Amino acid sequence: MYLILRWQYGVIMKKSHILILVVIAAAVTIIVSTAGDASTYVGFDEAHVMSTAGNKKEIHVVGELKKDANGHIIGLEEGPDKVSFSFIMVDDNGKEQKVTYSQPMPSDFTRSEKVVVIGSYDQENFKASKILLKCPSKYQEQKINI
Amino acid sequence: MHYFIGGLGHLFVITSFITALVAAFAYFKATTVSALEQKRFWLQNGKAGFYIHAVAVLGICITLFIIISKHYFEYHYAYNYSDKKLPAYYLISTFWNGQEGSFILWMFWQAVLGIVVINTNKFWEGPVMTVFALVQAFLASMILGVVIPGLDFRIGSSPFILLRDAMPEAPIFIAQPEFVPRDGNGLNPLLQNYWMVIHPPTLFLGFATTLVPFSFCIAGLWLRKYRDWVRPALPWALFSGAVLGLGILMGGYWAYETLNFGGYWNWDPVENAVYVPWLILIACIHTMITYKNSETALKASIVLVISVFVLILYSTFLTRSGVLGDASVHSFTDLGLSGQLLIYLLFFMLAAIALAIFRWKEIPTSEKEASVYSREFWIFIGAITLCLMGFQVLMPTSIPVWNKIIGLFGGTSNLAPPADQIGFYSRFQLWFAVVVGFLSGVGQFFWWKNISKEELKKELTVPALVALVLFAVIITLGKVHNFSYLMLTLAGVFTLVTNAKILLSLLQSSPGLSGGAVAHIGIGMMLVGIMFSAGYSRVVSLNNTGMLISKEFSEDFNRENLLLFVNEPRTMWGYDIEYLGERLEPRYHAGFIRSGDVAKTGDDDRVIAKVEIPLEGKTYKVKDTIEIHGENTFYEIQLRRRGNTYTLYPRAQINPEMGGLLVSPDIYRTVTADLYTHVSSVMKPTEDEEWSKLEEMRIKQEQKFFVNDYVAVLQSVDRVFEVEGIPLTNEDVAVRAKVYIQGKKGDYFAEPIFLIKDKMVGRIPDEIQDLGLRISLLNIHPETNEFSIGINTRQKDWVVIKALEKPFINVLWIGTLILMTGFGIAISRRIREFRKMKEKGME
Repeated sequence: MYLILRWQYGVIMKKSHILILVVIAAAVTIIVSTAGDASTYVGFDEAHVMSTAGNKKEIHVVGELKKDANGHIIGLEEGPDKVSFSFIMVDDNGKEQKVTYSQPMPSDFTRSEKVVVIGSYDQENFKASKILLKCPSKYQEQKINI
Repeated sequence: MHYFIGGLGHLFVITSFITALVAAFAYFKATTVSALEQKRFWLQNGKAGFYIHAVAVLGICITLFIIISKHYFEYHYAYNYSDKKLPAYYLISTFWNGQEGSFILWMFWQAVLGIVVINTNKFWEGPVMTVFALVQAFLASMILGVVIPGLDFRIGSSPFILLRDAMPEAPIFIAQPEFVPRDGNGLNPLLQNYWMVIHPPTLFLGFATTLVPFSFCIAGLWLRKYRDWVRPALPWALFSGAVLGLGILMGGYWAYETLNFGGYWNWDPVENAVYVPWLILIACIHTMITYKNSETALKASIVLVISVFVLILYSTFLTRSGVLGDASVHSFTDLGLSGQLLIYLLFFMLAAIALAIFRWKEIPTSEKEASVYSREFWIFIGAITLCLMGFQVLMPTSIPVWNKIIGLFGGTSNLAPPADQIGFYSRFQLWFAVVVGFLSGVGQFFWWKNISKEELKKELTVPALVALVLFAVIITLGKVHNFSYLMLTLAGVFTLVTNAKILLSLLQSSPGLSGGAVAHIGIGMMLVGIMFSAGYSRVVSLNNTGMLISKEFSEDFNRENLLLFVNEPRTMWGYDIEYLGERLEPRYHAGFIRSGDVAKTGDDDRVIAKVEIPLEGKTYKVKDTIEIHGENTFYEIQLRRRGNTYTLYPRAQINPEMGGLLVSPDIYRTVTADLYTHVSSVMKPTEDEEWSKLEEMRIKQEQKFFVNDYVAVLQSVDRVFEVEGIPLTNEDVAVRAKVYIQGKKGDYFAEPIFLIKDKMVGRIPDEIQDLGLRISLLNIHPETNEFSIGINTRQKDWVVIKALEKPFINVLWIGTLILMTGFGIAISRRIREFRKMKEKGME
């Protein structure tokens, strides 16, 4: 009787150990894959280097829209189908790049103070597959429609 | 300027904050003192404090709503999120459009839940309400808007702030401090949707309800009543699971129906931030039920209940602190609350963990370890799977947080979330879902009795066979070939069949216990529905004309979109499809107006009827002004097959100021699939139209003639004495012709004007937009009683559409309803149980 109990206990210990091992293995797989599939935030220069080196993985670039001295956005072009557009973006290192986007202009685009584009280089052209905007905080906006 | 109401609101905010602190302190004392007399005293104080707090919260809601509904645009909140045109139900949704309002909504629900707890559970009132009141104090601090003197540090962001205080540097306020804007900024048109009215309250009720099980758990640890907190917490956990789940699904449905993200789930960080706590909550419900049945998994339940609440706080932090700013499509405004949010998160996380660690050794554990043939074992595996499922989403979603943490320690990390979110998450979540599907099928058999290997085989054989047959039928008919999709289908069908078997036997014996089986049937259907609708979604608006829409468009665009000219049928998806023209949306009536039937005014939201327009509830006569939603243009598209017609109204919002074209789909629902249609390119209102060369005809009154293949009649020519926009003197002459044109879909009138003003001839042509015709009255020939009519034609109106087929998406929606029903049955069972215990004086 005692032996049987011991035996069962032993098996059970093993079982919960196996369970813990499986969970740990799964968690590690998840973490590794997260790191592996993660994209990166880079500048246009680096993105271009990556692209010419054959790395077509989509990356994130953070920057601003190009503006003239009066703060007007320049370089905004609507595509012929009216549902795509291109713009000139200046990344955090000051590099300018034309970015094309095959979807309509997101609302508030021109009001954004910061733009994140996700995409990759196609030759000399940066093709964005997604655009994220950071809009000014309500305490910074000083324009009122009268 | 209405200063009083804002001051009153602010007073309510401060009151709610202080009373929450008072209630927390009083309830804390009530829990810790041992003398009965004192306990009663503190309990009464705590209760009074919390009731006053609840009244203050209600006061905040009412004052803010008054500010919004009375259009006090001197207040930032009203100015920023509403305008005078919004109907009442959108004024309600303005309330939670801003972050401050959503905090208030959250507080409101928790105040309601707190009152329910006070009145249903005397035994746990002290400790549970201590936690409640503390959480309320933290939330109230978020909208406090008080600047600490000398430190220049603002606690919270008040919704009652005046516009001029929000924008002190605006030139208008420097010149004119008493200036009140005449109208507000309005509600984002994309949010003007009934889901905006019901989705946020549901979601925040879901958030709020997670506090109840958490408070019971903390109370249990605190009072060392490790076993007893589970029973009162369980119905709340189930309620929370149902409401939070419903909130998430509503969000998905809203995205599908209106926002044109193309699907119902996009693995955006904001979606993930509520999905993860919900998964853990579901895991937690399972371990709690296991504990109730067999005294195992108590520690797991404690850990999970705490995790759920901490994850809710974490998701609040993620979505509101601005940390996700570079990672999510939803743009977040940082209100400067990130520090406060972090303190809120860390306080409850560390306090709960510390308490759990201190009590850990004392928490009873069951000595017997689970056998492989016990339900506890399988449920535990299921709970672990759900936790890993959540973990897999949590890790990448938190990448911006990892970057910040690495930055804190002096490192730099440029890791970004996966670029293809949908592909990345689906690849993992699919397999977790397969495991969950199989476990919820097998687990249910163990649920009702611990059975041996032989019994299990006997029990499982029939459902397994039925599932296989059903699976074979589904994959053959649905043409499923992808291996991972096959597995997902099998898992879904398996859990559906096994749970259906259990449901059948339960219906005979004890239908009140069938909540689990029903919920799992819902899950099975959802898995199958998701597999089909997401995995086999396909473009059906294929350009089968052999002609490019435009050389300037990309190849993909030309292939996957259909160009429709008005009144020229094409075929698509086995239907005849025909574009009938642009439509406008009346502001106060149902239905649509043909845009050709009205004339534009300077105000985008007002048009003038050119013909008699019958609308629901009112018939507008010629020259009446009709109020419309100026930002919306709809495109009437008719589908026809075998004598049945169905009309779609996909919408576009053309807004040059805010950026190009915002489109919303319309969905044609059939039993087996949804046809999801949106416009992908439209004629621009400002575009210069190219008219053909003028064609001249001489005709008599009542004479029939043809314009561009349409039959037309010159009905009358009358002298008029008023022409809009042109002052006429006695010397001037103006004549208006009335030309009737028989269109394929309804009749049209053109009313061109011929006038002699100051001895000069002028002509005002009239345009029939739907038909692409411009008619002018060129000349009058009194000698022959004839009139010269000029006709210009142009390319007909057109629209480019894209349509997607979403097969069997109804299976998903029905599955969600069944899941919710399952929750409902389970909740009512647990409430019955709770009542019984209460009658016995156990609670």
